[in-house]
Amino acid sequence: MALLEVEDLHVEFRTRDGVARVLNGVSYHVDAGETLAVLGESGSGKSVTAQAVMGILDTPPAFVTHGEVRFKDEDLLKMSDEKRRETRASGIAMVFQDALSALNPVFTVGFQIEEQLRVRRGMSKADARKRAIELLDQVKIPNAAQRVREYPHQFSGGMRQRAMIAMSLALDPEVLIADEPTTALDVTVQAQIMDLLAELQRERKMAMILITHDLGVVAEVADRIAVMYAGRIVEQADAVTLFRTPGHPYTAALMDSMPRLDQKGTELNTIKGLPPNLLKIPSGCPFHPRCPRRQDICSVDVPRQHNLGLGHVSACHFAEEVVGG
Amino acid sequence: MSDPTAATSEAVAEVGGGAALGKPRGLLGDAWRELRVRPLFWISVTIIAIVVLIALFPGLFTHADPNLGILSRSRKPPSGEAWFGYDTQGYDVYARAIYGTRASLLVGLLATVGVVILGSVFGILAGFYGGWLDAVLSRISDIFVGIPFVLGAIVILTSLNTAGNTSGVRIVTLVVLSIAALSWPVAMRIMRSAAITAKQQDYVKAARALGASPRRIIVQHMLPNCLAPVLVYSTIALGAFIGAEATLSYLGVGLRNPVVSWGVMINDAKDYIRVAPHALLFPSAFLTVTVLAFVMLGDAVREALDPKLR
Amino acid sequence: MGRYVLRRLFQMIPVFIGTTFLIYALVWAVPGDPFAGKCGERPCPDQYVSAMRAQFNMDDPLVVQYGKYLLNLLQGDFGKTFSGTEVIDRISVTFPVTVRLAIVALIIEAIIGISAGIVSGLRNRGFLDSLVLVSTLFLISLPVFVTGSVIQLVFGIQLGWISPTVKGTGFADLIVPGFVLASLSMAYVARLTRASIGESRRADYVRTANAKGLPVSRVVGVHMLRNSLIPVITFLGTDLGAFMGGAIVTEGIFNVPGIGGLIYKSIQTKEGVMVTGLVTLLVLVYLLMTLLVDLLYAVLDPRIRYE
Ligand SMILES: Nc1ncnc2c1ncn2[C@@H]1O[C@H](COP(=O)(O)OP(=O)(O)OP(=O)(O)O)[C@@H](O)[C@H]1O
Ligand code: SF4
Ligand SMILES: [Mg+2]
Repeated sequence: MALLEVEDLHVEFRTRDGVARVLNGVSYHVDAGETLAVLGESGSGKSVTAQAVMGILDTPPAFVTHGEVRFKDEDLLKMSDEKRRETRASGIAMVFQDALSALNPVFTVGFQIEEQLRVRRGMSKADARKRAIELLDQVKIPNAAQRVREYPHQFSGGMRQRAMIAMSLALDPEVLIADEPTTALDVTVQAQIMDLLAELQRERKMAMILITHDLGVVAEVADRIAVMYAGRIVEQADAVTLFRTPGHPYTAALMDSMPRLDQKGTELNTIKGLPPNLLKIPSGCPFHPRCPRRQDICSVDVPRQHNLGLGHVSACHFAEEVVGG
Repeated sequence: MSDPTAATSEAVAEVGGGAALGKPRGLLGDAWRELRVRPLFWISVTIIAIVVLIALFPGLFTHADPNLGILSRSRKPPSGEAWFGYDTQGYDVYARAIYGTRASLLVGLLATVGVVILGSVFGILAGFYGGWLDAVLSRISDIFVGIPFVLGAIVILTSLNTAGNTSGVRIVTLVVLSIAALSWPVAMRIMRSAAITAKQQDYVKAARALGASPRRIIVQHMLPNCLAPVLVYSTIALGAFIGAEATLSYLGVGLRNPVVSWGVMINDAKDYIRVAPHALLFPSAFLTVTVLAFVMLGDAVREALDPKLR
Repeated sequence: MGRYVLRRLFQMIPVFIGTTFLIYALVWAVPGDPFAGKCGERPCPDQYVSAMRAQFNMDDPLVVQYGKYLLNLLQGDFGKTFSGTEVIDRISVTFPVTVRLAIVALIIEAIIGISAGIVSGLRNRGFLDSLVLVSTLFLISLPVFVTGSVIQLVFGIQLGWISPTVKGTGFADLIVPGFVLASLSMAYVARLTRASIGESRRADYVRTANAKGLPVSRVVGVHMLRNSLIPVITFLGTDLGAFMGGAIVTEGIFNVPGIGGLIYKSIQTKEGVMVTGLVTLLVLVYLLMTLLVDLLYAVLDPRIRYE
C-alpha cells in the first residue's frame, strides 16, 4: 500500500486576470523507501502539487477544488487544521529550492532546527541543541558545534542547503519532498547534495519525492518517474522503462532535449512552442499544439490514461504506438 | 515630524526602483487601468477638482464679502444666513474659507514646484555623476534635513519677515521659499535613488556607450524614468505643504492679514476656541479635506505604480 | 563596529557645523536692530549696546563670531542671554520635559501604530484593514494643531474628561499631548508595519515555518514579526529625534513647559543665543539618533555588518 497517495488533485489560482487552472487532476503515489521523481517544464505545476500535499499553499489565491491527498490512508485534506499541522515535518517534510530565502535570515541555523524539536517534541533547550548538532553532522557540515550558532547568510550555498536538509529531517519524516534541491547551486555542489539526499533516503528508508529538471539526476536516483504537463501527470513508469520506452510524445521530446555525451556538438533538440497558458488550457490533449504526432482527435478528446503494463501509464491517445516507436 | 512627506520618501523611492525596471509606457498604462477602478482615486480627484474650482472662482460659491467685519455679529454660531457662523471680528467664516482657498492652494502649489525643481535637479545630478558631486550634494541635503521643519521655518520667517512690511506678495513668497528650502532634500533623495537605478539600466548604458552627451542622457533617457516617483511624492507633498502653510500661519509666522488663508483663519480663531469653536473647526475641515484628497491621490497613484502591491 | 562609529561621528561634523552655522547666520546676520525693544520704550543706552556687542562678538565677521561661539560650546558654555540668564539653566529645566513628552509620544506611537499595522497587515483587504487604511489617511491629513485643538476642545473643554492644559510634567500628565504629538507618526508606523507584514507574509521563510508544522501563533509572532519590525523600529528611532524638534505646536496648545515653547518665545524676543543654543542641541540629538538607528539596525538584522 502506498505511503502517500495523491488522487485527482485540482488546484486553481483565482487571480485578477482570471482563474488559472494550475492542477487538473494530478495523481501519483510513493511507497515507503522509494524515490519518485517528478519531471516537467517550468510552470507545469510540480511545486504547486508539493505545496498542496504539504498544505502550505497561500489561500487565497490558491484553492484546492477537488481531490484527495492520502497519507497512511488518511485524507489530509479532510483533517482538521490542527491535526494536519501535526503531520507536517514529522510525517511529510519538505526541502525548498532556494535555501537562502527559505531560511529565516534573522535567526541562527541552530535556532531554526531546534525550534521544531522544542515546540513539537517538547525538548529542552540543551537537548535540542545537542540534536541540532547531530543533525548538522549527519548532513556533513564540518564543525557543526560551532556553525550551529551562525546565521544562514554566513553559510555557503551548499552548506545552506545541507542545513535546510538537516532542518527537514529534524522530526524524522516518513516522506521527504525535495523541490529542486540543487537548482540554486553550483554544478560542482549539486552532485554532492544529490548524493547526500540519496544516502539519507537509503539510511532512513524514507520515501522521497524529488522534483527536478535534471534528467541525469533522475536516471541515477529515481525508482519511478512521473512526468507533468499543464497540471496533469501525463506519464508514469519505473525509471528504466520510462527512459527506454517513453509512452508519451511529451516525455519523448523531453528525453530528446537532454544533452547527451554521445551527441556532443550536435544541436540540442528543444521542445517547440511554449508551455500552455493556464488561463486557457488547450482543448483535448493539452499538449496537442506542440505535439509532432497530433491527429484530429487530439484537439477534441481528452486522452484517458492508457495502461501499458507494469505500472506504466500514459495519457496519450496513441500511447501504444508511441511505446512501439 | 511636521513634514508628513518625509516618511513617504523611502516608500516612494522604492516605487522608483520598480518603476524604472518596466517599460515606462506599459507601466503607466497598467497604472491607469489600476487607478480607474479605485473609488478612492475618483473621490480624491473630485475633491481636488472642486477645490481648484473654488480657488479659481470663489465668487461662484458665495456672495458674502470675506473682508466685511461687522462686530455686532461677532462669534455668532452657524445659521441659515451664514452657514459656518461668524468669527470674532464678525467676518463670515464660510465666505472667508471659500476665499482663503486660493492662498492656501497657491502656497502649496508653489512650494511643491520649488521642491520638485530643486530636488530633481540636485538629485538627478547627484545620481548621474556620483563621486564627489554626489557626496557634496548629499552632505548639503543632510544639513537641511537636520533642521527640524517647524523650527527652521519659524527662524527663517521671523528673521526675514521684519514686522511692518506686510505686502501680501512678499509674505507668500517668503512662506513658499522657507517651505521649499526645508523640504527639497526629500525630493532630492527620491530622485537620486531613481537616477541611480535608471543609470544602471541597459538602455542608459547603451546610450553612454554610443557617446551620447550627459545632458542628452539625463534629459532624454533618465528623466522620463525617474519622474514617476517624484510625481507621486509631489502629490502627497502638495497636501502636506498646504498643511504646513496652515501650521506656520497658526504659529503666527506664516501668512497674515490682509491675505486670507485657512491658516490665517485658524490663527485668528485659536484664542477664542472656547467661545467660538466653529470659527476654528470649519477652516480646519476645509484644510483637512483638501490635504486628505491630495494624500489619497498620491497614495492611490503610488499603489498603482507599485507592481509589488498588485 | 568601533571604526564605523568613529567614521560616522567624523562625517557628522560637517553636517553639524553646516546646520548650526545656517541657523546662527539666520539669527545673527539678518538686518535689523537686535536691541530694539530690549530696554523698554526708549532705545538702549550706547554703553549697554557696546557692552553687549562685545559680549556677543558682534563686531567680528560672522564666521569668526560663529567660531568663537562654537569654541565656547565645546567647553560646555552655551552663553548668556541679553538679560544675563545662563542658557544652560533654562535648557536644563525645559529639556527633560520635552524628552519625557517625546518618550510618551514614542510609546503611544509604537503601541497603537504597530498593533494597528499588524491587524491590518494580517487581514489583507478585510474590513479591519480598510478601517486602518482610512484612519491612517485621515491622521496623515490632519495637521497636528487641528488634532490638538480638537482634542482640547472636545475632551478638555466640552466633556471635561481631561484637563485642557497639562497640570504637571510627569509622564502621566503628558499622555494627552504625547498622543497628539504621536498622531501623525502613528499613522506612518501603522502603514509601515502593514506593508512590512504584507511583504513577509509572502516570504519564503514563512512558508518554511509553516512546513515545519509550527503553530500559527508562532509563525506570525516569531518568524513574521521579528522580520517585519526591523524597519518599524528604526523608523521609531529617527522619530524620537524628530519629536523633539516637532513639539513646538503641541507644547503650545497644552501649555507644556518644554523646549518648544522656550524656542518659540526666544525667537519672538530675538534672544539669539538661546535660539542657537537650543537648535544646536536639537540638531545634536537628531544626528545622534540617526547614528543610533544605524547601529540598532545592525543589532536587529544579523546580515548587516558595519566595518
Ligand atoms: N501565487 C500564484 N498566483 C498565480 N499563479 C501562480 C501562483 N503560484 C504559482 N502559480 C502558477 O502555477 C503554475 C505552476 O507553478 P509551479 O510553481 O508549480 O511550477 P513548477 O512546475 O514548479 O515550475 P518550476 O520548474 O519553474 O519550479 C505556474 O504557471 C504559475 O504561474
Ligand atoms: S494525445 Fe495526441 S496530441 Fe496528445 S500527446 Fe498524444 S498524440 Fe500528442
Ligand atoms: Mg517549482
